[in-house]
Amino acid sequence: MLYYLGLILEYFKNYMKTRLTYRADFWVEVISDLLFQATNFIFILVVFMHTDSLGGWSQNEVIFVYGFFMVPYAVFSCFVNMWNFSERYIVKGEMDRVLTRPAHHLFQIFLENIDPPALIGGLVGIIIMVISGGQLGLPLEWWTIPALIILTLSAVAIYAGIYTALTSLSFYSDAPTGILPLMFNIQNYGRYPITIYNRAIQILLTWVIPFAFVGIYPAALFLQREEMTSMALLTPVMGGIFLTIGLLAWNMGVRRYKGAGS
Amino acid sequence: MLDAYLDFIRIRFLTMLAYRINYYTGILIYTLNIGVNYFTWKAIYGDGDSLGGFTAVQMTTYVAVSWMARAFYFNNLDREISSDIRDGSIAIQFIRPYNYVFAKMMQGLGEGMFRFLLFMIPGMAIAMLLFPVQLPTAPSAWAGFLVMLIFSFLINSQINVITGLSAFFIENNEGVMRMKRVLVDLFSGLIVPISLFPGWLSKVLEVLPFQAITYLPGSVFTGRVQGVGIWNVLGIQVFWFAALIIPMILLYRAARQRLFVQGG
Repeated sequence: MLYYLGLILEYFKNYMKTRLTYRADFWVEVISDLLFQATNFIFILVVFMHTDSLGGWSQNEVIFVYGFFMVPYAVFSCFVNMWNFSERYIVKGEMDRVLTRPAHHLFQIFLENIDPPALIGGLVGIIIMVISGGQLGLPLEWWTIPALIILTLSAVAIYAGIYTALTSLSFYSDAPTGILPLMFNIQNYGRYPITIYNRAIQILLTWVIPFAFVGIYPAALFLQREEMTSMALLTPVMGGIFLTIGLLAWNMGVRRYKGAGS
Repeated sequence: MLDAYLDFIRIRFLTMLAYRINYYTGILIYTLNIGVNYFTWKAIYGDGDSLGGFTAVQMTTYVAVSWMARAFYFNNLDREISSDIRDGSIAIQFIRPYNYVFAKMMQGLGEGMFRFLLFMIPGMAIAMLLFPVQLPTAPSAWAGFLVMLIFSFLINSQINVITGLSAFFIENNEGVMRMKRVLVDLFSGLIVPISLFPGWLSKVLEVLPFQAITYLPGSVFTGRVQGVGIWNVLGIQVFWFAALIIPMILLYRAARQRLFVQGG
């Protein structure tokens, strides 16, 4: 354990050093992250210019859900960044280097790609929750903060599980273009009141690619939406299940890995 | 010389064909995107019958056509170019007897043709089965749409090339590429048709090239824009295609002056 904590520290130092070389880029990245959030925000604002409620949810409620979503998303993008996995590790053969080292391979890959600027988005998410929650008159209970932490970690686990499982597909196919970019837009849909979708999509977003557990369900707990409370409480369970699926898929994939590139 | 460029198209097409399994999942994912957008808009419409000049049926068609057009015009030229720059292989490509940017565009076209045949057409068929999409019947509308689709591809690829070449000036342009991706999706009207944006924002977007990628062709195809308006749309697309050549050439020239290879 201590060994892994030490590794995190070392990688972080390493990250800082590369960052100091590419200094201007840091701010470009922060701005681009925030811009990505802003565009989704614009979507919500535009929608509510044309309607008062989205499936029975008001503008402030939808904004609150978005604010919540930003927090696990930020933690996830900071620590789990596998966008280029196939190109970098399989096609170019860097996986060989990772496998010869003592620490767990997935852990190393996460660390090699940490992206601390993404955390700023999470900060903005908290601010959004405080503002919209204040306008909705949401009470701050004793369990609010602990619940926020637990649900955030569970949501991160779901994210990590889904993306690890999908990334491990690249051990099976040699295709350099993964399905991750194609999935990119879908993660947003778990933020909208899931009841507006038809049954098939609800089931898909709840049980198959459970992005609803990263947005609407956990946020519903704070919004005191009783119809979704039980789903909100299920979030840690789903987190455990999907993280396990991700890790199993990954380990199976690694066993199939034969090495490529030079 | 032209033969060489045609080969770029052919080879990329065949490469994509070799990796076609990816795109079967892609079709499902795009259909899901259309579905989710369809239901979101349905909830927004409620009982109302028109938003920003779109009827509910037109909106459904717009959503389906926009996503499927994206299945065609989308490519990763920006990522390819910046990784060529980062690993230094661009130095070799610069001394080869072809124009690097033009060759990239041709490769993008090969990818586009693959995506058109194996991604867009089957995807459209599935979307039409699942959602109340109403496509025009006039052959002229289809011919017009195909021409516009080509310009969507050209303009989007030009933006990608410009983003990719920016790696010469900001060594790690990951952030810029992400920013571009998001901006193109939102400002091209893929996620929200531009006529639904607040007045000032739609005014701004009307003078940017992004609307020529999705919003304008989509408006024509859903029958919102008819008659003379169609020629206006085509005019705007041709204008942006021509206008974007200039920064591309300037960047390419400046890049050749500035080339320094990191590692490799």
